[in-house]
Amino acid sequence: MSEKTGVIRVLLAKVGLDGHDRGVKVVARCLRDAGMDVIYTGLHRTPEEVVDAAVQEDVDVLGVSLLSGAHMTILPRMIDLLKKTDADDIILMAGGVMPDEDVAALKKLGVGEVLLQDAPPETIVGTVRRLVAERGPR
Amino acid sequence: MDMVEDVLAGRVRGIARMMSRAEAGGGDCRAALAEIYRHTGRAHVVGLTGVPGSGKSTLARVLARAIRASGRKVGIVAVDPSSPFSGGAILGDRVRMTGLSGDPGVFIRSMATHGAVGGLARASLDSVDILDAAGFDIVVVETVGVGQDEVDILQAAHTVVVLSAPGLGDDIQAIKAGLLEIADIHAVSKCDRADANRTLIDLKGMLTLGVAGGDGWQVPVLPTSAENDEGIGDLLAAIDAHRAHLEDSGGIALRRRRIAETRILGIAEDIVRTRFAGRHDGRLAGLLDRVMAREVDPYAAAMDMLAASRED
Ligand code: B12
Ligand SMILES: Nc1nc2c(ncn2[C@@H]2O[C@H](COP(=O)(O)OP(=O)(O)O)[C@@H](O)[C@H]2O)c(=O)[nH]1
Ligand SMILES: [Mg+2]
Repeated sequence: MSEKTGVIRVLLAKVGLDGHDRGVKVVARCLRDAGMDVIYTGLHRTPEEVVDAAVQEDVDVLGVSLLSGAHMTILPRMIDLLKKTDADDIILMAGGVMPDEDVAALKKLGVGEVLLQDAPPETIVGTVRRLVAERGPR
Repeated sequence: MDMVEDVLAGRVRGIARMMSRAEAGGGDCRAALAEIYRHTGRAHVVGLTGVPGSGKSTLARVLARAIRASGRKVGIVAVDPSSPFSGGAILGDRVRMTGLSGDPGVFIRSMATHGAVGGLARASLDSVDILDAAGFDIVVVETVGVGQDEVDILQAAHTVVVLSAPGLGDDIQAIKAGLLEIADIHAVSKCDRADANRTLIDLKGMLTLGVAGGDGWQVPVLPTSAENDEGIGDLLAAIDAHRAHLEDSGGIALRRRRIAETRILGIAEDIVRTRFAGRHDGRLAGLLDRVMAREVDPYAAAMDMLAASRED
């Protein structure tokens, strides 16, 4: 986050064969309406592509939307990639459809927060702001 | 100064972080940017403009591939407008720029206009400097090309490509409104579509009617299709030819001077505006009262503000 403009940068991605993009578009709009810069990468990206993009864009938060059921393979892979790129100061967030026990496991692995179905805009915006504030300036 | 080292060594994280610092505009990065500036001057900067939907991002992708195939490194700075209501932005140019990942010879950065006069040009030209110093041979800047800031960015390019698409109607209008003069190359996108011919003919007609470059450069009108990967080699060849023309004619020195001039004046304006808006609120309010009372005229008030801002 920048001291002068205070603009939080977020990259939102859909990874794998998941074509459900309504949710990610809702999230993009509510973060924009909260004054953030949102980079959207579109459908069917690979974890490598998304982490690459997040690093080049120097985002505060990398948000992944997953409704396909592949979250337990994709998200741990992304955590690994972020570590390998020496970019684990980028906060990883996820949302979509996943069972509660997976959410708990993912948070243990290092996913900053997981927000599921019907998460209201205030919660999404508030969570992003909280995680960025907790990380502190870099 | 190790951030500067990272940039000069072309390290992705260092480049990306430096760009964020530059965009934030805090004073802490000025020394680093000054050092970086001393290492610039090698990259060829291509401005790519056209109305939304004309195919700029898609063209940037295939052009980047062609540049890579020619053995050169390419940076892309993609500018999108901020929402006037929230100040936030959705930057979607990357949706089109697929298949360029995993290649250290390609660096893509998205930027929002942030609605601040002067600020956009400063930040995006800082980003161009950073890519230049990091060893990227060609830097492509994608902007919608409306608004003074965006025109300033375009005019900081060595080669300006104006993109027109068939079926968008308002295209030719936009070009008439000022982009015609600044084009070094006209490209028509989506030439896989039947109605592209009309756009080509219209454009060529307009170019024969007016606007000669004056410096001996014949502005070409090039058909392209990102869909079929057609005309992209010709476009890159035209960009290279324009660069060669600038170098052979000595025009490049003039252009670099003009770019530097625009930048200096822009930054000065930006500084004055921020100072006036920031620390001199009280003085401005007082002057406004006096101008309203017809005690001083607006010109004298402006001179007073300038004198005051010089003191700090
Ligand atoms: C609409 C829908 C579709 C539409 C999608 C249209 C579109 N362009 O998005 C269509 C009809 C195309 C479709 C197709 C399929 N679907 Co469907 N679909 C749904 C449905 C009913 C609603 C999804 C939705 O749009 N919700 C509304 C949005 C706003 O909510 P959301 O996505 O959850 O997002 C919110 C939060 O999760 C969160 N969020 C989301 N992403 C992110 C990211 C971050 C970073 C953050 C912070 C928050 C966040 O914020 C959002 C706002 O609150 C769900 C059922 C359900 N209960 O979710 C099934 C569902 C997702 N589909 C399912 C399936 C199986 C399919 C198909 C495979 C069916 C088939 N056999 O063909 C196909 C696959 C398509 C594909 N290529 O991927 C299953 C997935 C099962 C699983 N995960 O194990 C579900 C769960 C239905 C079910 N109960 O079985 N589907
Ligand atoms: N048929 C065709 N469509 C194209 C071509 N280039 C771009 N498009 C489409 O035009 C739309 C806008 O493209 P985009 O690159 O986002 O335009 P921008 O807003 O100018 O950056 C997209 O739907 C593209 O798929 C092309 O060469 N042929
Ligand atoms: Mg675009």
